[in-house]
Amino acid sequence: METSTHDVLLVGGGGAGLRSAIAVAEANPELSVAVVSKVYPMRSHTVSAEGGAAAVIKANDSLEDHAYDTISGSDWLADQDAVEAFVEEAPREMIQLEHWGCPWSREADGHIAVRSFGGMRTERTWFAADKTGFHMLHALFQTSLKYGGVLRYDEWFVTALLVDEGRCQGVVAIELANGKVHAILAKAVILCTGGCGKLFAFTTNANIKTGDGMALAYRAGVALKDMEFVQYHPTGLPFTGILITEATRSEGGWLLNKDGYRYLQDYDLGTPEPQPVKRSMELGPRDRLSQAFVHELAKGRTIETAHGHVVHLDIRHLGEKLIETKLPFVRELCRRYQNLDPVHELIPVRPVIHYQMGGVHTDLDGATTLPGLYAAGEVACVSINGANRLGSNSLTELLVFGARAGKAAAAFAEAQGEPTRGVLAQAMDEERRLREDVLGKTGGTERIAPIRAEMQAAMEEGAGIYREQSGLEAAAVKVEELRHRFRDVSLDDTSLTFNTELTAYLELENMLELAESLLHSGLARTESRGAHQRTDYPERDDERFLAHSLAYRKTDAAPRIEFLPVTITKWPPGERVYGR
Amino acid sequence: MNPEYRLHHPKWYRRKVPIFWWLSKWSYMKFILRELTSLAVVYAAVLLLLQVVAVSRGEEAYANFLAFLERPGVLAANILIILGLLFHAVTWFNLAPQALVLRLLGRRIPDRVVLLAHYLGWLTVSALIFGGLARL
Amino acid sequence: MADTVAIEVRRYRPEEKSEPYWQRYEVPFREEWMILDALNYIKDNLDGSLSYRWACRMGVCGSCGMMVGGEPILTCASYLADHLPGPIRIEPLRGFPVVRDLVNNLDDFMDKLTAVKPWIVREEEKPLSEGEYLQTPEELDAYKQYSMCINCMLCYAACPIYELEPAFIGPAAIALAQRYNFDSRDQGADERMDHLSRDEGIWACTFVGECSVVCPKDVDPAGAIQRYKVKAMTQWYKSMLLPWGEPKR
Repeated sequence: METSTHDVLLVGGGGAGLRSAIAVAEANPELSVAVVSKVYPMRSHTVSAEGGAAAVIKANDSLEDHAYDTISGSDWLADQDAVEAFVEEAPREMIQLEHWGCPWSREADGHIAVRSFGGMRTERTWFAADKTGFHMLHALFQTSLKYGGVLRYDEWFVTALLVDEGRCQGVVAIELANGKVHAILAKAVILCTGGCGKLFAFTTNANIKTGDGMALAYRAGVALKDMEFVQYHPTGLPFTGILITEATRSEGGWLLNKDGYRYLQDYDLGTPEPQPVKRSMELGPRDRLSQAFVHELAKGRTIETAHGHVVHLDIRHLGEKLIETKLPFVRELCRRYQNLDPVHELIPVRPVIHYQMGGVHTDLDGATTLPGLYAAGEVACVSINGANRLGSNSLTELLVFGARAGKAAAAFAEAQGEPTRGVLAQAMDEERRLREDVLGKTGGTERIAPIRAEMQAAMEEGAGIYREQSGLEAAAVKVEELRHRFRDVSLDDTSLTFNTELTAYLELENMLELAESLLHSGLARTESRGAHQRTDYPERDDERFLAHSLAYRKTDAAPRIEFLPVTITKWPPGERVYGR
Repeated sequence: MNPEYRLHHPKWYRRKVPIFWWLSKWSYMKFILRELTSLAVVYAAVLLLLQVVAVSRGEEAYANFLAFLERPGVLAANILIILGLLFHAVTWFNLAPQALVLRLLGRRIPDRVVLLAHYLGWLTVSALIFGGLARL
Repeated sequence: MADTVAIEVRRYRPEEKSEPYWQRYEVPFREEWMILDALNYIKDNLDGSLSYRWACRMGVCGSCGMMVGGEPILTCASYLADHLPGPIRIEPLRGFPVVRDLVNNLDDFMDKLTAVKPWIVREEEKPLSEGEYLQTPEELDAYKQYSMCINCMLCYAACPIYELEPAFIGPAAIALAQRYNFDSRDQGADERMDHLSRDEGIWACTFVGECSVVCPKDVDPAGAIQRYKVKAMTQWYKSMLLPWGEPKR
């Protein structure tokens, strides 16, 4: 078996992975660092982010305010020590990215421009027009090319972690171009593989967001934290699910029901003003806005279209000039994918799965409970986002925790001995499984696409914006049935050369595991908080549930769910107030 | 199974570029034509040289040269050459705004303006030359 | 409108055959479908062995570039309806070796990108504690267009020079070099000059201009290259005529 060895290995080459790799290279240039990704880094889903990245730099802002907005936005589920570290390091990280060439939009005098964003009391969201993620990713990727010591394994698919003597010692990966299975040994492994939006049928996420890293950690015995908290972004285009950024609302866009009425005023989100008011109405937090849609739908006040019910996002009053300067990508997307010009027409939108607040359980330095295994970015749950993430915090999160995990992993790797050779036997086992049990399986009666579609439909049905016991249970039963049926899948494509049916198989295998963890965490949390709203338990219950759910994998049984209390430092739980 | 396939070493495929690759698309053909009109420029330069030589050799030589130009074959060829020169100039001008990006007062000068400036310049120079010739 | 449309895909399966071949599929016609949706239908329902790259499906990641009807396009951003009547012919991008079906090998571009030094080069870094480099909106405007490149490589597929002369650095790489050359924070223009003004650099370009025509993000790489030719020539003349002291940019 082909084996290579590094000191630190990044799994995933998006914003967090690249930032982390650079952090390792800078912490200790002697360390051997590599990035393995199933796609070329510039294809990572960071590229699709639009709105912006938050950090305190203006005089009218303070770290306290950013922290409070984040914590209250999280419905008090965020760990406050993590949030404090996050808001403190954010400005420095963002300025570092600017120095690395990120084309931030500017004020007339050349300083960084900031805009308001949902749930934040002050403008602090840096932006690069409305393609912030794209510009951040390309700035990071191009800067990473400067570090000749950072090796890359582009289009290698990691299928398993190698764990021996109680620590993570590397990964098994398939080189997609030729089907060869490799063992990449490393003293520290950092997962930066992103979220799992593809668990659902209707999502802003790219095809590649299948939660592979979460599944890797889960199978290695690491807990997945807060998996029940998935964010529905209020404004996605119907049919495609393409994201229409929150920036449309920061700049002053309105959400209208079928009567042209700004309906958010009916849901304790403030009173409508012609200009946007921070932390009010359309600038409320995403969970509340998505929940409002569900109520409007129930009242029959949404607009029915060929692709489901929608509401309207009105940005006509912003004018062509502003839209061309600050929202050009939105205009382009509407024209191409919705055949309308938002300068003159209303944009049909509805809530769409966008972000996974939960993920691999880590501490403030990205360390998991498995020594040698780290995680950063959407794959991880530190947690700074708690039960609901504020827009523009996650792009900053990539930088802050990518850097922290990189530095911590570098220090860990420096102190480690060589990988134990016991891992090679495990790698050979995995190679045999892939060759014989997956590629070699014949005569199966099931196909990937129908199982995936049924899983996605079950998740939409059972784990929607509002959930309840029977719905979650039904979905869990369905997912279990699908896991059984999955064992009967055989592939059309058994070749070794760039086999994307094989990768689809492995991704579905991962997603079925994650679906289970999400549903059972949701069942265990009998309260409503942030993005997890239970119609059978409509109140927030700080006595029992001011805690993170931890899902531990069990073979052939439902995951074991435990609870870990939230770390409270300065902000005791209070009421989440928007618009008043 | 392909006997030529070696485990884990798939051969990459590269197509052979057809000799007449430029016939496959009108924009490629336009490109080739444009490049070929540089020959028209060479021809015109040679013609000009011959004209100068004829002038320097006196009236009879010059008259012979003019007679040469009036032959139907030569006339036809020269008309084609002039069309080629026009095509050459127009395509050159059309490309100019892409290559000549100038900024004035913090904004980029629009392509139309650069193009217009080229045509105006051409017109001006032509007017000066014809005007000067008319005087003679 | 017809119920179905024929799609002809150029397959290449090196483990089965040494030569590519056409395979025909019949897919439902839907007005709202992009070419990519048709490919996904084929893979999900008709033939799981069809290999192609895709990710964001919104025209920003650059994965899904292919030749459709002989033109390089992003398959996630082009309607099926715009390519009627069938059969719609889909092939991998020109210019790059084909690994499998619609998947090219992109090593050449990745190497060429790295070689143009697409990062901020500075003599002295400003300490982070002093904040951001100031850059006015006009200064941002000077390079913004070139920063929009999504690395989809449609420009390489459209460039006849690249297919005939694979050593050519190519449109996107040069446009990205220019993105940094024009960035007011960068001081690396001189460092990039030697590499870009080689024979396989800007001078291999004959301004066919197709790269800019097919670019889905209006980066105008052809313009970037021609502007660089003007600059390289001016710099050369200056160094010839004024050999004493060219102040470093």
